[in-house]
Amino acid sequence: MEQFLQQIVNGVSLGSIYALIALGYTMVYGIIKLINFAHGDIYMLGAYIGYFCMTYFHLGVIPSLLIAMAICTLLGVIIERIAYKPLRNATRIAVLITAIGVSLFLEYGTMFFVKANVRSYPPLKGILTHSFKLGSIVVTAQQILIVCITIILMAFLQFIVKRTRIGKAMRAVSLDRDAAELMGINVDNTISFTFALGSALAGAAGILVGIYYNSINPLMGILPGLKAFVAAVFGGIGIIPGAMIGGYFIGTVEVMVAGYGNSMFKDAVVFAILILILIVKPSGLLGKETKEKV
Amino acid sequence: MNKLAEIKGIKKWFALLLTYVIVQLLVSLNIINDYIMATITTICINIILAVSLNLITGFTGQFSLGHAGFMSIGAYTCAIIIMRYPSPLSFIIGLFLGAILAALLGFIVGLPTLRLRGDYLAIATLGMAEIIRFVFLNLDITNGAAGLFVGVQYTNWLWLYVFTAGTVILITNFVNSSHGRACISIREDEIAAEAMGINTTKYKVIAFIIGAFCAGIAGALYASYFYFIKPDLFGFLKSIDILVIVVLGGLGSISGSILAAFLLAIISSLLQSFPEIRMVIYSVLLIVIMLFRPQGIMGSKELSLSAFKSLGSIFERKNGGER
Amino acid sequence: MKRLLTLCVCFLIAVTLIGCSKGNQNEIRIGINYELSGGVATYGQSSVEGIEMAIEEINNAGGINGKKIVPIKYDNKSEPAEATTLANKLITQDKVVAILGPATSGSFKAEIPVANANKIPVASGSATADDVTVTSDGKVQEYAFRVCFNDSFQGTVMANFAADNLSAKKAVIIMDSSSDYGKGLAKNFKDNFVKAGGSIVAEEAYVAGDTDFNAILTKIKGLDFDVIYIPGYYNEAGLIIKQARAQGITAPVLGADGFDSPVLLELAGAEALNDIYFTNHYSSLDKDPAVVKFIEDFKAKYNKEPDAFNALGYDLAKFVCDAIARAEKLDGESIKKALEETENFVGVTGTLSVDEYHNPVKSIVVIGLENGVQTSSVKISP
Repeated sequence: MEQFLQQIVNGVSLGSIYALIALGYTMVYGIIKLINFAHGDIYMLGAYIGYFCMTYFHLGVIPSLLIAMAICTLLGVIIERIAYKPLRNATRIAVLITAIGVSLFLEYGTMFFVKANVRSYPPLKGILTHSFKLGSIVVTAQQILIVCITIILMAFLQFIVKRTRIGKAMRAVSLDRDAAELMGINVDNTISFTFALGSALAGAAGILVGIYYNSINPLMGILPGLKAFVAAVFGGIGIIPGAMIGGYFIGTVEVMVAGYGNSMFKDAVVFAILILILIVKPSGLLGKETKEKV
Repeated sequence: MNKLAEIKGIKKWFALLLTYVIVQLLVSLNIINDYIMATITTICINIILAVSLNLITGFTGQFSLGHAGFMSIGAYTCAIIIMRYPSPLSFIIGLFLGAILAALLGFIVGLPTLRLRGDYLAIATLGMAEIIRFVFLNLDITNGAAGLFVGVQYTNWLWLYVFTAGTVILITNFVNSSHGRACISIREDEIAAEAMGINTTKYKVIAFIIGAFCAGIAGALYASYFYFIKPDLFGFLKSIDILVIVVLGGLGSISGSILAAFLLAIISSLLQSFPEIRMVIYSVLLIVIMLFRPQGIMGSKELSLSAFKSLGSIFERKNGGER
Repeated sequence: MKRLLTLCVCFLIAVTLIGCSKGNQNEIRIGINYELSGGVATYGQSSVEGIEMAIEEINNAGGINGKKIVPIKYDNKSEPAEATTLANKLITQDKVVAILGPATSGSFKAEIPVANANKIPVASGSATADDVTVTSDGKVQEYAFRVCFNDSFQGTVMANFAADNLSAKKAVIIMDSSSDYGKGLAKNFKDNFVKAGGSIVAEEAYVAGDTDFNAILTKIKGLDFDVIYIPGYYNEAGLIIKQARAQGITAPVLGADGFDSPVLLELAGAEALNDIYFTNHYSSLDKDPAVVKFIEDFKAKYNKEPDAFNALGYDLAKFVCDAIARAEKLDGESIKKALEETENFVGVTGTLSVDEYHNPVKSIVVIGLENGVQTSSVKISP
């Protein structure tokens, strides 16, 4: 039982990271129906920006987090303007290939400047090095930090999407872009804003991973990006609470398979669940069945 | 009139034979050295993969991100067989067995997942390919992550040419047949196609099976040329590479896929001398090409050389063109 | 028809576009075929740093018999097929006399048939799988060489060290199952540890690039064991050690030369690196002037501490150049013969001789870490 609870703790911390990345995926997909493969690389860049802030400018965790989020926001918007906007009316597959191009560019551009080797975050100080024992369950301060920041960011995101004008615009554009445009919504700005939000969250995830695992490299975004996408599809793509549930679910499943089964199969199980979900309920856990219009 | 058709048929085979003989001659004269041959092998394998994925994604409109999974089945089957019984005959047996197993898997996976549409199918096929990879990673017979060292080379120019030309002819003929038209109608509008009485699931599965079969062949050729295979080679990135060729060439254009396979091989070998920035240049090229030509090099048209067009027009007038 | 014509035309274009070569009598061309991008780029890039430093040193000292070494460097994208293609290119177009690399066993194996067919020696600094220089049916790969230990040697040494020096009875293995290196080490450690009277309580696996090992560690935490063996590279090993210590697992951690990198200390943190033992080529405690000079020069050139890949790459280039200098003629066959005759070559990673199976015979050290600092080293001769 204690082992089980400990695994839950592990799963929730891992799931928080997936959830943060999945949110960006799901929002972008919801609004322009693009699997933004470059999203995982924004997460990687967030980790590197945090690394440079903390190593060379000796900033604390929170200022670094804010800077990483700000720069990632900017990057997300720039990428959208340069690479995706001109293709707004092209086939979706063409945009997808562009996204792959952007993803490779970010990975290998970063590798060119910082080399392929793993870098590690500077040692943490103060409260962050503590760990708390509840019985025999160990919870580290970093795990608590990750979960807290994730929840704060998600609540903030939910507030923006549900309670603000721009959030309303985002929902409208994702429902029907043409109709939204007719209603006087600036579609281009709304899409840019979506990219900005998603990229900020990915940047935050990047720096949190840097703090938690302390290991970053230029190709670190590929697999978490893929799994976060799985999480987004699992929860129902385009649905914000779905991405959170999906992220936590995938994180927990992965940990449970590794903890009670064979750790070699944890990724395979994640994908098998994905296929099952898609076959049984293609619109995801929280997705609504939509009738196809003829 | 029949004579004209006959002449055309003969010409076609003659052109095929001529290409084979010319390259074989260049190989014997050592003008095509081992390195160029290795590049040609990569190109041919990529042609098979791209043309077969084009059938699934370009012609039938089913977005698949799992082509490398089918390829890996062919590669491993063939590798295991030729490692046990090293002979040219077992290479051919292994190749066909691999292709059949890949096709079978295409059928098993295709039947339930092809109900999915667009991006969902893409993700499901991606998941399938990843699962195949994890299975190979954990089996004993495939030697897990350490991979299989095949050590012998049976893929030569003859087999390469036979199977590349064979795949291209097979898929061209399929696309031009009534079955192919049915597939294209699914791409254009699935609901309309269904309303016209086309069994969409059947044709989707057929396209999937043929695509998987050809990918299996490509995998087998790969395994018996490049000496060594491991599960990581057939990951998500490989599927993406194939998709890039297809989209770059133009969805629904077989000559486009062929052209793109050549183009990417040339770009890649020209960039070999700049190892540090190779991938950066490649990715920028990819973005730029997509920004300026989102429909790919050929769009959905087929290549026609004007010189040959005038020559071939005599026959085409009668037959209404090859396509 | 048109498609077939496309094919013809494209072939001609391709043939003319690819390929043009040149040669010069006053230089020695050596191929460098390494993983500079893709999944294991970090190993390739590290090795090449060492190689380039060695070649620069040799050229600054006047080259080999007055001839400069010209390295020709290509990136095989971490793909074995690309390694085969590039080996062909280096041999047939660039006319190299020997090829260094690739770093991983798989890609290196994919290159060997090309080397044998063209009679050009190839050598790797880090292809450790047992069946690299000798095929699984016992045939020596004539033109393949290496300067690193094979997996069975390192695994055996560590198993005996654990049983004898640490009096361990029960061990847990957490291996990198995505590399043949990890698998080979795990198998040999297991076989020999059991032979020495120990037992393996659990075997866990991870894949390179994983960052979260808490699930595995939570699982083994409840077990009774004396040591943990982690056959894998520093990238993941550092994280495993950090997370294990954070969870309160204090058992000694054992590893192999994949641990040898300053990154291990950065990842795990000094306070986690207690009771760590790993097999390695050399120890920084060693006051061998060659080692001291290498570490100083490397720091001066690259502004960082060298790791095992750097050192092995450096030795690899020196090893091959040493053979080229001794070879009667400047062709593959003579160089291969000179490589086979290598005796007591003094490198940074130890003094080595080449045995009949083209493996280096050299001593191994078991390094102990306390607070992230090397505090003990036991030298074991083969």
